Parts: sequence; structure tokens; C-alpha cells
Amino acid sequence: MKTNGPRSSSLRIIGLGNELRGDDAAGLLTVRRLRHMIGDRAEVIEAGMVGVDLIELMTGASVVILIDAARSGKAPGSVHRFDASVSPIGRQVFPRSSHAIGVSEAIELARAMGVLPATVIVYGVEVGNTEVGHPLSPPMGEALDHVVRQIIQECEACHA
Amino acid sequence: MKGREENNSEQMKNTRTIAVGAIARVEGEGALRITVKDGSVQDVELKIFEPPRFFEAFLQGRHYDEVPDIVARICGICPIAYQMSAVHALEQIFGLRVEGALRDLRRLIYCGEWIESHALHVYLLQAPDFLGYESGIAMAKEHGAVVSRGLRLKKAGNAIMTLLGGRSVHPVSVKVGGFSRVPLRRELEGLKDELLWARDAAVETVRWVAGFDYPEFTPDYNDVALRHPDEYPFNEGQVVASSGLHLSVNEFEEHFTEHQVAYSTALHCTLQGSPYLVGPLARVNLNQEHVTPLAKQVLADCAVALPLRNPFHGIIARSVEILYALEESLRLIERYEPPPVPVAPITVQPGIGMACTEAPRGILYHRYEVDGDGIVRKAKIVPPTSQNQSRIEQDLRLFMPRLLSLPDKEVALACERVIRCYDPCISCATHFLNLDIRRESSA
Repeated sequence: MKTNGPRSSSLRIIGLGNELRGDDAAGLLTVRRLRHMIGDRAEVIEAGMVGVDLIELMTGASVVILIDAARSGKAPGSVHRFDASVSPIGRQVFPRSSHAIGVSEAIELARAMGVLPATVIVYGVEVGNTEVGHPLSPPMGEALDHVVRQIIQECEACHA
Repeated sequence: MKGREENNSEQMKNTRTIAVGAIARVEGEGALRITVKDGSVQDVELKIFEPPRFFEAFLQGRHYDEVPDIVARICGICPIAYQMSAVHALEQIFGLRVEGALRDLRRLIYCGEWIESHALHVYLLQAPDFLGYESGIAMAKEHGAVVSRGLRLKKAGNAIMTLLGGRSVHPVSVKVGGFSRVPLRRELEGLKDELLWARDAAVETVRWVAGFDYPEFTPDYNDVALRHPDEYPFNEGQVVASSGLHLSVNEFEEHFTEHQVAYSTALHCTLQGSPYLVGPLARVNLNQEHVTPLAKQVLADCAVALPLRNPFHGIIARSVEILYALEESLRLIERYEPPPVPVAPITVQPGIGMACTEAPRGILYHRYEVDGDGIVRKAKIVPPTSQNQSRIEQDLRLFMPRLLSLPDKEVALACERVIRCYDPCISCATHFLNLDIRRESSA
């Protein structure tokens, strides 16, 4: 797990996924691209298949932006954005997964225990191929660029 | 399988099929199909997609030094197990035995993984079954303090993994011959206060789960685990079975055979043709003499006697092992003196090596063939879940008759509970476990 910036950062960006499983790496690759562009405006964490420890990773931040692979049946590369601080995010979009306890379950567990940060934004990048050892599918590159641009805008809004 | 193929179309008209979107709280992907005909269970087929098979091919042509990092990626829940089986097998090829503080550190990092994996399963995956909640989230709403205790216990395991492994998910410091970095004494001592808290919490955990209501169910198991003369097993020992089998790890493949079944990509492993049980229940039963006095006392207080014969008591075994791992961690930290070098020197030589270690879910067998340049030519991995697969199916066959009068939805939930007893780690894979019950009648 790679991090930059102190854990006390009020803005934290966390990428999830399995880099050995093709498009499942979308969240990880997004934060890897973001890391150099975001500077000290946010703490950036590559959390891999973090599971329930996501709760711990979110603790102490006031704003958390999560990026994970999504699978709802839309075209690969489609981007979802949810405000999880308002209502639960659908498990039909973020299936229980290689991350053991998926992102939606970790968020709901944090909510049930009263430790969910004030703002939690979740980006889901719709996946195509998640076979082990498969490279990133062609539509994903553009999708990740799009997510990176959106997140940078969100960061700027946070610091405005 | 045969039974279904023999059904003619007339009979199939009487088939009812229920598909449940996913079996909750099981790590990963798979499918379960149960066929009931004329009121009796005909077929139970558990299908698991099993990526270690992919990794066997993926490892070919890789340098031995890359193996620990690659196999750590097989599973997000038990990377240490994969690393430990790999390094011990490779060290056997190179004629290396890792001793002293490095051996202790390997036990310690394995303790971290057991604590982390078992605490997750006990508190968030299986306890909701006994307390009547559909999920850990629902349970957390009414038992927030208990779930917090579970998460803090898990975190104590994470802390060990992070200190020794460099990070808690996919640790990176395990190497053939030792570690890339070993901790300072004061770094390990920094863990002690939290581990002492966790030890007390583990005692409470055993008491808590011992008080659950358990269904009466005692299949006749052939338990299989490692056994070591001096210690509760992690990385070393003979492979023993309650049937009386006793063999060295090098003889594993002579007795344990994998075979394909048509409905699953995973290979089923059997012991001399029969299902067997691996995991905490089997481990505790076969290593009773190494259960600590404190754990024995707590079990006695709760009127729990070993051996445990009910698969639902797996949660008790897992809790006892959390306690063991914490006591063992504290013991290892207490006597720790940093080794002179973090990694023992390696002399590469060609050969074949094998190792079995005790993953949280049971024995994990690796075999490697390496050439004179240290390049892996062949790899074989037998994970615990594939070993338990036949046993899970057998348990479902035995448990189903008492469920047949229930509506399909309740049958499905009960089957999920049986499957969760094994903490099956299908996770290396992903996404869904579909449940399909077919009720057929020849009338």
C-alpha cells in the first residue's frame, strides 16, 4: 500500500483493485496517475484489495474519494459517480469481490458504526475483462483520464 | 451429475430451480447446485473458479526471487500463507534451513495473518449467522461494540503484518532465505500493549462464540493438518490425519490426489480417494497438546471439550487460534533478538522442492521445480479450499435432509451457513456464488 501525504489529510483519495486482473486495476491505475498531479492537496493511497480495512483508511479524513472497478452491465469505460455520504451505493454496481468485503459493504459498515467520514465520493469505472493476467481493455485508458480530470476538479473545489 | 443426465425431459418438467444472486460472506466466486429428487438429495456440486491454477503457469520462467511477490497476489486474505509455502519449498531445493530469529519472525508474521483473517471471519462473516443477522452490517447496527472489538482485533493482526511485511495487504518483505528487512527490537515491543489488549479480547471472543446456539451436526471427519512435536504448526511439521496417516510433506502427492470434476474449474483433492477436512477445526483437533493452558482453561470454563466434531464449531476453533496466535506473538516478541543478517545466503542449485504450511483455512501445498539458473520450470499449488471442496459437498448432502421441508429460500440460507463454516477462500477469484436448487420428481 503506497501513500503520500500525512494520514491526517482532510482530503484522501483511495484507489482499489487487483492489478493482476485486467480492468479490475482501474482504481489503482487512476490514483497512480493522480499522485503526481495532486501534489500535497490530498493524501493518495493505493489500497489494492483492502477489504474491511477501508474503514481504517478512511478514518480521520473529512473528504474521501474512492475509485474502484464497477460492474453494472454498462459499456466498459463508463464512469459512475456516487455520493455515499448521502445514501448507500448499490452492490449491483460494486459486486462483492476480490476485495473480500467490497467497497459498498465497507462503507455501510462504517456508516452502521458511525465512523463514515462527512463526505465520501465513490467513482466506479465499468470494467470489461477482469481475467487474471489480462491487460487493461482499450476503452479504459480514456475513462481513467476522464476520472483523473474530474477528481482534480473536485480537489480544486475542496480547496477553493 | 450422472443423476441429472439420466433425467428425461418429462421428469425435468417437475424440476424447480431457485437461483440466489450470491452467497453472502463467502470470499469470492463460485456456484452451488443442489438437486433434490423424490425428496432425497441426488447431487451437490460446488463450483469454484480457482486462480492458483493460473498462477502455476504464470510462475513458469520466473526467477525464484520473484516467486514470493507473485504468489502474494493470489489472495488478498492470506498472502503470507502463499509466501511461506513458496519460500519453504524453494529453500528445500537450495538446501537451506532458516532458523533462529528469522524462523521466529516467520511464525510471527503468520500469527498476524491468522489473527487478521480469523477475526474478519468470526466477527463479520460468520457470527451474524448465529445471532440472526443477514450481514455483518446489520449486526453492527445493534452490536456496534462487539463489531468494534472484532475490527480492533483484526487491526492487531494487521499491525504485525505491516511491521514485518512492509504493508498489511500483499506484504513485500518476505524473501527466500528471510526478509528484506527485519524489525528492531523496540519496533516489536511497540506492538506489545495492543497485543495484550487483543489477547484479552481473544479470550472474550472464545467465551462469546462458545455461547452461541449450534445445530446438532457431527459428520465423521478425517481431519488433516500439520503436526510438529514442539509447537502449534505454522511452517513445519508432518502431515497427519485423524485416520492415522502420518507422512512427510515430500510424500504429499503420493496420498493426496487432485482430480477434475466436470462442473468446476477447480480440482478436487482427496486423500486416498475420500474427502477430508483441513482448517482450524482439524488443526485444533490434531494439535490439542499445543493448545495453550489459557485457551484450555477458557474452553473448560465454557464447557467446550476437544476434539470438536461439529463443523459449526469451526468458529470456536478459529477463536481459539486467534488466542493462540496472540499468545504466541507475545512470546516471540519477548525473546526477539534481531538476527545478524535479514536474509540467509542462498546457493542456487537445480531441483524439486515442496512445502506445506498452515494457511488460515488449512494446509497449503506448493511444489517447485527450479533449474540451475534459479528459474522456475514447474509450479504446483494445492490451496486449502480445493481440499475442503469435496468435504463441503459431503456436509451439504448430510445436512440437506433436515431442510427439505423448508421453503427454498430458507434452504438456500441454511446451505450458505454450512458453506461459511469452512471460510472458503474463493477470493482469489471474485465475484459471485450463485445458488441453484433443483427439486425434481419422477412422478
